[in-house]
Amino acid sequence: MTTVSSTPTLSARQHLRIYRTEAVHEVLKLLRVPIFAVSTVALPVMFYLIFGLTFADGSAGGVGVTTYMLATYGAFGVIGAALFGFGVSIALERGQGWMRLKRVSPMPPLAYFTAKVAMAVAVATLIVLALVLLGSTVGGVRLPVTELLSLVAVLVLGALPFSAMGLAFGYLVGPNSAPAILNLVYLPMAFISGLWIPITQLPSVVQAAAPFLPPYHLAQLALGTIGASQGGSPLVHSGALLGFTAAFLAVAVWGYRRDEGRTYG
Amino acid sequence: MTTRTWTPTDLPSRAAEHPVPAGRTVLAELRGATKRYGRVTAVDSLDLEVRAGELLAVLGPNGAGKTTAIGMLTGLTATTSGTARLFGRDPRDTGARSRAGVMLQASGVPETLRVRELLTEFRGYYPAPLPMAAIVEAAGLAGLEHRLYGELSGGQQRRVLFGIALSGDPDILFVDEPTTGLDVEVRRSLWAVLRDLAAAGRGVVLTTHYLEEADALADRIVLLHSGRMIAEGTPAQIKALVPGRRITARTSVSATQAATWPDVQRSSVDGDRLELLVGTAEPALRRLLEADPAVENVTVVEPSLDEAVLTLTTHAEEAAA
Repeated sequence: MTTVSSTPTLSARQHLRIYRTEAVHEVLKLLRVPIFAVSTVALPVMFYLIFGLTFADGSAGGVGVTTYMLATYGAFGVIGAALFGFGVSIALERGQGWMRLKRVSPMPPLAYFTAKVAMAVAVATLIVLALVLLGSTVGGVRLPVTELLSLVAVLVLGALPFSAMGLAFGYLVGPNSAPAILNLVYLPMAFISGLWIPITQLPSVVQAAAPFLPPYHLAQLALGTIGASQGGSPLVHSGALLGFTAAFLAVAVWGYRRDEGRTYG
Repeated sequence: MTTRTWTPTDLPSRAAEHPVPAGRTVLAELRGATKRYGRVTAVDSLDLEVRAGELLAVLGPNGAGKTTAIGMLTGLTATTSGTARLFGRDPRDTGARSRAGVMLQASGVPETLRVRELLTEFRGYYPAPLPMAAIVEAAGLAGLEHRLYGELSGGQQRRVLFGIALSGDPDILFVDEPTTGLDVEVRRSLWAVLRDLAAAGRGVVLTTHYLEEADALADRIVLLHSGRMIAEGTPAQIKALVPGRRITARTSVSATQAATWPDVQRSSVDGDRLELLVGTAEPALRRLLEADPAVENVTVVEPSLDEAVLTLTTHAEEAAA
């Protein structure tokens, strides 16, 4: 058995090109079948129209309902995009021969995941911009530019921890059950975290449970940018999200390694 | 894919970089490799070598462990015990994978990407990929580059997967059932590419259900049954493992007369042709010439690889039972 003395390796430029190609192909796949993006964007927009604009005259957290719900439905939409655009698509792909073909190639796994995260962030941006547009026109939201920009930034960055969560679920549950299970987690989690109805209007037992769920912390961070947070330092909420992210990533890495032994054949 | 202008000389001169004396260098190997899935043993302490310049066919009925064996060699499947090595390394090593090409039965290929985009994606993973034009030529994809994968026929999709396997200009190529669903012409030109690769000093590992494919292509055959190797050798050696020849001749000798000769297992007449199934050909041939000096059109046929493999597998099953 000869060993290989000089194994050709990828140059930095070749490496970068892999990341670019993977990301471009993710975008192409989405643009060629835009229905996923449309439904992911439509759901939070519809909810914002129904719940936000119906109670447009009310107030919550010291700001108008339409302003408050820009943050909470923004979080709702971003979380959905990350969980479904990322988690479900990973769960579907990992069971398929195409993913095996990629795994058996010298592809850097990170390139594949980075492209998926980039896609989730892009769709999240679309959702947030659609809500901002709607809010500032029909919703009558008036926010200083700096507050608006930090709200958008917090929401879009919020796609990251929930991509990790989607990834963990993608590797924990089977491809067929992933969409159903994620919905069973996503919808109650969103409700308890106060993404649909302002958390202050929820029963106290629900309010007590909320801090154990990651969406609560994203919502509070987002509300904090417009001065409508329930309390708690942004550092605490950020720390909580980082902790959740680390835990989800650990599960995902474990799942990816587990596939090495069993997906084939 | 009617005219094939692609030749191994189109390949970049990797031979200088990795000198591979044909038939000698071991590119990939399993040593006592065992894979268990729960209580099922898919592969049972298998020793297997793939050498440079050889086309190795791994044969066996469904569930024999072919796919698991290739999975272990390519690092997709972890061994339960024993070792798998690719270019002397862990098969999951990126450097080792950079020199291997794999064609699998792949579901879930993005249907909304174009052929050229899929090839570009995979070419990018390799430090010194095969030029796009060479891939298109070798896999017979000319004219399909701008089609969406989902628009292609089953056979065309197989060709794309073959092109992907070639994209890294591999020193070893694993092809799992490469010609399923391909028409005869495309199958023949794919065979030619595989033979060219082996002739150029690359190693090729092939699993197939078409035994005539293995017979036509393989330098060496490994026959698996229940995760164990039950036979190994050139196609001729495998066929020679199974005794028995079929003799046919135009003769006046009757079937009942021939049935009394030594070592004749079956004797029948079809029109004016006598057909004998014998253990070894020579004694029956001598008797035939003695009985009818005017015998004409004598043929002696050894069992096909198909028959040989079936017999060997049946024996293995009986031995296990």
